[in-house]
Amino acid sequence: MKDSSNSQKPDHLADACSRLRAWEKITLEPVLAKNPERQKQFTTVSSYPVRRLYTQDDLANWDPVRDLGFPGVPPYTRGIHATMHRGRLWTMRQFAGFGTAEDTNQRFRYLLSQGQTGLSTAFDLPTLMGYDSDHALSEGEVGKCGVAISSLADMEVLFDQIPLADVTTSMTINSPAAVIWAMYLAVAEKQGADWKKVSGTLQNDILKEYIAQKEYIYPPEPSMRLVIDTFEFGIKHTPKFNVISISGYHIREAGSTAIQELAFTLRDGMEYVEWAIRRALPVDEFAPQLSFFFNAHNDFFEEIAKYRAARRIWYKAMTERYKSVNPRSWALRFHTQTAGCSLTAQQPMNNVVRTAIQALAGVLGGTQSLHTNSLDEAWALPTEFAATIALRTQQIIAHETGVTNTVDPLGGSYFVEALTNEVENGAWDYIRRIDAMGGMVKAIEKSYPQREIAEASYRYQMAVDKKEKIIVGVNDFVTPEKPLEILQIDETVAHRQAERLHKLRAERHTAEVERRLAALRKASKGSENLMPFIFDAVKVYATLGEICEAMRTVFGPYEEVAIT
Amino acid sequence: MPEKKIRVLIAKPGLDGHDRGAKVIARALRDAGMEVIYTGLRQTPEMIASAAAQEDVDVIGLSILSGAHNTLCPQLMKLLHEKGMDDLTVLVGGIIPEADIPALKQSGIAEIFLPGTSTQDIIDFIHKRQAQPR
Repeated sequence: MKDSSNSQKPDHLADACSRLRAWEKITLEPVLAKNPERQKQFTTVSSYPVRRLYTQDDLANWDPVRDLGFPGVPPYTRGIHATMHRGRLWTMRQFAGFGTAEDTNQRFRYLLSQGQTGLSTAFDLPTLMGYDSDHALSEGEVGKCGVAISSLADMEVLFDQIPLADVTTSMTINSPAAVIWAMYLAVAEKQGADWKKVSGTLQNDILKEYIAQKEYIYPPEPSMRLVIDTFEFGIKHTPKFNVISISGYHIREAGSTAIQELAFTLRDGMEYVEWAIRRALPVDEFAPQLSFFFNAHNDFFEEIAKYRAARRIWYKAMTERYKSVNPRSWALRFHTQTAGCSLTAQQPMNNVVRTAIQALAGVLGGTQSLHTNSLDEAWALPTEFAATIALRTQQIIAHETGVTNTVDPLGGSYFVEALTNEVENGAWDYIRRIDAMGGMVKAIEKSYPQREIAEASYRYQMAVDKKEKIIVGVNDFVTPEKPLEILQIDETVAHRQAERLHKLRAERHTAEVERRLAALRKASKGSENLMPFIFDAVKVYATLGEICEAMRTVFGPYEEVAIT
Repeated sequence: MPEKKIRVLIAKPGLDGHDRGAKVIARALRDAGMEVIYTGLRQTPEMIASAAAQEDVDVIGLSILSGAHNTLCPQLMKLLHEKGMDDLTVLVGGIIPEADIPALKQSGIAEIFLPGTSTQDIIDFIHKRQAQPR
């Protein structure tokens, strides 16, 4: 019993408490004496302790009016829309990209023809790092982890015959996000789409790059300036575009716990809000364009609790910390991706099952869009066969399982509500610790989140190595198996890209390119919004590498302090 | 006299920033009593070869999840050969399709560890390999 002051409890609670004690004494104790439980302690995949049974007693300080409420209204625990998935299903948005723009354009059109409802672009490593496909450091990497995009010419091919006025597109790009976004808007403009109606999501979350994924180019200060430049540009020109997707996904993939994922992501969100407010952007003008992105890992209830807690924390932060008065700023909208790091190279068909359960957690947690990983993730980028099963998994959840028939079906569950509270409290502890360090940029400079994640990931690996945590097919239930058929990206992609770049550089208006790159360099030294300069350069086919290099000469590179 | 500690260079070649595996391995090998040097991110084969020479390591562990292994690994092996460092043990861990493994081993990589490998297996492999006279 957490609360011993039974005398002060309402009668029905006191009754429940004494009934629980009676059950423990009469029923539980003899069972435990005869058959001890399988483990001394039960924990989530994040090693968070889970108790045997949750009852009213675990919700002693929980107020259903204050803490749960109704869907579509604060504190949004039950979801951000009144009818949730009864009204509209989540967007089925499969992350795709490989080879050249032509290769990926074909995969996009295939996925749309199969009932996918939004696009999501994966870029290759050179693109993510701001290098053209023919840069020396791009060797061996072109088209491997995603599609190679070096200029507006590639972007035009990528979205050929895809109407950007109708299809929403998510773009996983961070350090060069402003450049890729400018290319996207240029294609939309060429297609005759109205920017005011064009909708999609730019990942543009540089903080989690320093924390987890490590695809950064410039130091934090100028990087944050670029992010806030896109916020400012978005308010004016693209009101329907999510200018950022504040991401916990990569933090979790790097080995964090669920609570760390939640805390670091939301504190990143608060950092962006604070930097934008310092730029004198009114909070309720930009905050409705912020979106989030979370992981869906194996531990079903922990994940659901995480999404519910996320909405509650964001609502509190927006209203209490930033004095927002616009409800559109309060509701945390998020994309979910199932956990790539949970998938096994061994017995890969089992990954279909893992992904289905993870996706179900995302849906029950009230996600707005979802990517389900393919079974061959631990080997390579997905084949069309594997990508189709992944999409079908979402369609089965949406149309066959019945989980979408009611809003927040787990609301009121003792366990889910108690875990939601505990996860929220755990996250606030971290958030306050980061506040005390002076904010997230300062915490990153001290390697604080990096170190916390490294600790958690090492603890997890040790638990797996010692078989304290079982992974089917990896450290238990192992069987011999045959190799899987996988997608191979050959080096002809790099050659085709190099040829295309060579031709582009020969045919474009060189003097104009130089003039606009010089203007960008000059603006980078001042404090003007860089988006218009980047857009100008993109339109005359300055390459991604040239634009990023122009800023690199002013901003300098970033080198992290490597911790192990 | 105390036994000489095995020296290991853990390196992240290429543009890939996914360093979870590299860091876990670095720490596990250190906990197993080895001297571990971690290069940090985005190392070219040239940088890795010269770090290996400078630090006088016995083992190089490469972590690659980006699909660039077929380019980066042979480049490093060639450089090590040119520097007369053929006796070094080079290991690779990461997302490596099975079809690519024979050619990587042909180029002189001692072993490839795929996702799901326990850190103990890697520790045991290194101990066994270093105990062999070469």
